[in-house]
Amino acid sequence: MSPELASLLRILAAVGLMLMNGVILIYMLRRVLGRLHQRLGPVHVGPQGLLQTPMDVLKLLTKEDITPTNVDKALYFIAPAAVFTPSLMAYAAIPFSPTWMVTDLDTGLLYTLVVMSLVSMGLLMAGWASANKWSLIGGMRSVGQHIAYEIPLLLSVLPVVMYVGTLNLSSIVEAQSGTWLGILPQWFITNPLFWPAFIIFIVSALIKVNQTPFDMSEAESELVAGFATEYSSMKFGLFFLSEFSNSFIVSALAVTLFFGGWTLPFVPDEVLAPIAPVVFMLKVYVGIFVLMWIRGTLPRVRMDHLMQFAWKILIPAVLTWILVFGFIIKLFDLGRPVG
Amino acid sequence: MGESVNTLAFLVMALAAIGGAVGMLTSRNIMYAAFWLLWTMLSVGGLYLLLSAEFLALIQVMVYAGAVSVLMLFVIMLTLRRREDAVRSLDFSPSAALLAAVFLGIMYYGISNATFPEVALLAEAPNTADLGVVLFTMEGGWLLPFEISALVLLAAMVAAVWWTKGQDRR
Repeated sequence: MSPELASLLRILAAVGLMLMNGVILIYMLRRVLGRLHQRLGPVHVGPQGLLQTPMDVLKLLTKEDITPTNVDKALYFIAPAAVFTPSLMAYAAIPFSPTWMVTDLDTGLLYTLVVMSLVSMGLLMAGWASANKWSLIGGMRSVGQHIAYEIPLLLSVLPVVMYVGTLNLSSIVEAQSGTWLGILPQWFITNPLFWPAFIIFIVSALIKVNQTPFDMSEAESELVAGFATEYSSMKFGLFFLSEFSNSFIVSALAVTLFFGGWTLPFVPDEVLAPIAPVVFMLKVYVGIFVLMWIRGTLPRVRMDHLMQFAWKILIPAVLTWILVFGFIIKLFDLGRPVG
Repeated sequence: MGESVNTLAFLVMALAAIGGAVGMLTSRNIMYAAFWLLWTMLSVGGLYLLLSAEFLALIQVMVYAGAVSVLMLFVIMLTLRRREDAVRSLDFSPSAALLAAVFLGIMYYGISNATFPEVALLAEAPNTADLGVVLFTMEGGWLLPFEISALVLLAAMVAAVWWTKGQDRR
């Protein structure tokens, strides 16, 4: 198979995964939130309501595509694509197994975070183009919080990079194989040194997922539906898909950086090799479940509190932690650079 | 890596970058101008990628394309009372035109008289790890300049924060 064809197939596989993921996650979200809110969620269409989301997708696809009269036509059309494309691009560097990945980037970690940061630009575009004050406020909130939380997010992964000395996501996963004294898996989460970084990572990553407690950009009790107010049909579908895809990417990053990626403790490599993608997907879905749990449990915070928390607490905290962490690993020579 | 970069890919990226810059200058809506600037920054990032400078490309996207969003926020927050305000009126300023003409002349003179070194692309492009070795180790030789520039930037940042503190500072 020619390399071009292989790359094309990999990209198509990423698109397929993203679409499938969207459908599955919508169902999962409804059931999990239903459970958390002590109600049923979808149960009528198909067994256990399983066919509800495919039907909803069909509905979304066949709905009339309404373009409001006063919108900024060009930007209104580009915005859904500008949101969707970075979300899709973010799949490129995620390692599903030692061999299953779209491309093995040396700068995979940086790439994923940079590409994810472009999503908010599309949201601002949508907010502006909609010619609607709620949409505009939603878009501006989205960019404001992304700028604020981008910094702690990027800095919170630095301890991992300092520890293993690489930005390559596969190498970061490989550094986490094996066990501590045969008891605990050697994932970074089992090492107390990484706990502060992990907490900061999760808090800032919740912003990327754009859901309660941090769904300021579409807070329905304040902004109707925020940036998505004027969008209908599949244009709205693309926003939706991108949002679910982002929660997948965030969970995949957390799994890769802190929970050992595709590795499992006590399992020999020969056994692990064929099931590695399954292991990875299971871990990611557990992560997504936790994100949904947070969503169903916590109330929405206030916008000014959100910004103050980022600039006045999170950023100083993460800067201090990087300094302390650097001293610790240099003084006790703890770093384990790979390759 | 071949002898030179892919011509077609280069043409697409270069035209996109130039087209974006022209679009930015000619669009009268400042929001459009900001989005064209974003487009240009992304295209320049693509050009870096063609030269196998992936770290530079990512930093370009993160820093410059990221800064555009801040720019747009300021555009919206500071200048727009009404949506229509986003469209600038055309006003001709002779002094600005003169300045632009002088700048164009200098640039034209400089570029037409410059001799560009012809360097073949390296057989194997240095990767991000090599960059790290150059910047962060004593053997790389650039550790001291790197640290000094970091210190200068830090001082600038602290000064900026100090200035924004307002009246209660002494």
